[in-house]
Amino acid sequence: MTEAKTEAKQKVRVTDTSLRDGSHAMSHKFTREQVRDVAQALDEAGVPVIECNHGDGLSGSSIQYGFSRVPEMDLISEAVGVCEQAKIAALLLPGIGTVEQLKEAVERGTEVLRIATHCTEADISQEHFQMAKEMDLEAVGFLMMAHMRGPEILVEQAQLMESYGADCVYIVDSAGAMLPKDAKERVEAMKEALDCQVGFHAHDNLGVGVGNSLAAVEAGVDQLDGSLRGLGAGAGNAPTELLAAVLDKMGLETGLDVFKLMDAAEYTIAPIMPFDPMPDRDSIAIGYAGVYSTFLLHAKREAERYDLDVREIMMELGRREAVAGQEDWVIDVAMDVAKEKGAV
Amino acid sequence: MSEDSQVKVAIVGSGLIGTDLMYKLLEEPGHMELAMVAGIEPESEGLKRARDEGIEATAEGIQPVLDDPEIKIVFEATSAKAHMQNAPQYEEAGKIAIDLTPAAQGPYVVPTANLTEHLDEDNVNLMTCGAQATTPMAYAVSRVTPVRYAEMVSTIASLSAGPGTRQNIDEFTFTTSRGLEEIGGAEEGKAIIILNPADPPLIMRNTVYVIPEDDEVDEDEITNSAEEIVSDVQKAVPGYQLKNGPTFDKRDTPWGEKPVIMMFLEVEGAGHFLPKYSGNLDIMTAAARQVGEGFARHLLGIEEVVA
Repeated sequence: MTEAKTEAKQKVRVTDTSLRDGSHAMSHKFTREQVRDVAQALDEAGVPVIECNHGDGLSGSSIQYGFSRVPEMDLISEAVGVCEQAKIAALLLPGIGTVEQLKEAVERGTEVLRIATHCTEADISQEHFQMAKEMDLEAVGFLMMAHMRGPEILVEQAQLMESYGADCVYIVDSAGAMLPKDAKERVEAMKEALDCQVGFHAHDNLGVGVGNSLAAVEAGVDQLDGSLRGLGAGAGNAPTELLAAVLDKMGLETGLDVFKLMDAAEYTIAPIMPFDPMPDRDSIAIGYAGVYSTFLLHAKREAERYDLDVREIMMELGRREAVAGQEDWVIDVAMDVAKEKGAV
Repeated sequence: MSEDSQVKVAIVGSGLIGTDLMYKLLEEPGHMELAMVAGIEPESEGLKRARDEGIEATAEGIQPVLDDPEIKIVFEATSAKAHMQNAPQYEEAGKIAIDLTPAAQGPYVVPTANLTEHLDEDNVNLMTCGAQATTPMAYAVSRVTPVRYAEMVSTIASLSAGPGTRQNIDEFTFTTSRGLEEIGGAEEGKAIIILNPADPPLIMRNTVYVIPEDDEVDEDEITNSAEEIVSDVQKAVPGYQLKNGPTFDKRDTPWGEKPVIMMFLEVEGAGHFLPKYSGNLDIMTAAARQVGEGFARHLLGIEEVVA
């Protein structure tokens, strides 16, 4: 970071994704009341953007990822209904969701669309960016599993998204496999090459979710993601309340109310969490193997079914270079491993 | 007509798909004689290869195909947009169109499930690679027990997804979902596609999940039906394999806790022209050849449809 930038006071916009990434940890079972309570608490704490929909993006409700208890469009309406200042964001993964759901999400009040592809496949997102811009949405690109490629390739892919109309492109550490230097060099390269904003989305599988976010800040990042108590896939995300506190201590402008976020984490999210996402044995294995964080609960289920160690499944998925959204491979790999062991 | 009579056919489109189909028709012509390959780029690799094989190759688009009354069947391997324009002209010229694009001007056809139902049509559509790979397995279940919901996930190698697929990925989702309903027999279908850039490229994988209407199903009957369909598909696509399953589990669904039947498929290409990992492209050209053979036999009045 240059001296001049420090003096100009770097601004970082924080998007809270408890109601989207947290959907994974909740096995997609958020209720309307929970969504209202969380969205309202975040809105009152000054969070400018709240992402709310199925964990795997619009139309993610499926056997592959888990069915939503409440249709995601209804949850979007609930969140929109209680927010006074926050914009509601939705995630869309081309190949899973389509422009049809995008239109419906906008009808329900979504104002920010985040479009996610694997970090080498940005060119499948063109039609979705174009539609988002036609509908006057803020459009954010998400390059997932970004630990799998170096800065040069990520820049090329981000430039594609920028050319389609992205207002910001995120480096997404979906596997929570990056170390602070990985986050820093990627964000730095993007900041240098892109005119649009740059974001960073962390997972805490290796215990460095906040550390990576701070490395991204040092590299000049414009947007960060967090979730209350880190409620997200794998070991969860960088906790929003923790980001708020740390960024404030660094003297950065976020517009977030630190105490209100601490209360939201303590009183609104903590009581509804089915478990505390943290770098425990299985989540560390995700970061270590470099696989998609959302595989966690799927792998636990299959490990139990076939009497396997979750780590065996994760390591094999890593060896096969599984990417985001390949939950079916968790089952397939578990069956293969069980066969090899003569268990089936 | 005798058993060894042949119907003249043409391929329109000299790209990867058209060229792979050409090699398939040359290797196993059946009752088809490949009379022409039509493209628009005189220097294209596909047209050059056609000439090398002694096939008439034209760079003047579909006109030479339309002008040849002997050509009865046209394989459309261009784009949905091109097929929309070409389809009425084929019809006017009295030619049967077998459409490998997502234009969907005619009914959906999957050789294993419903080929014989549409032999009197003049335009049939092969949907998507994912639909060719997965709708037979949904059908394998729905023919023995009613299916509430079928879902498929295709994972294909990044290198085997061309610009057409990439720019219109929603098209894959729509068409394949509909295929699971119309061909697969599910009340509701859902499709997911994932591109994976692993190096070396991965062989096409497909997962099929089926939720039956009934809470109790005959697992043996479903397994037998699935295995039978797999061996049917293998006749045209030898690299089509059920790697795991059918396996039976339970899941929370919008219809309560329900049994879920899961099948894990791999589709390896024959490597005629395209690399073996691109089973997604191979299954389309193999299906096209099989459908063409069905129509050729029908035109020749040969009753039994064997591909």
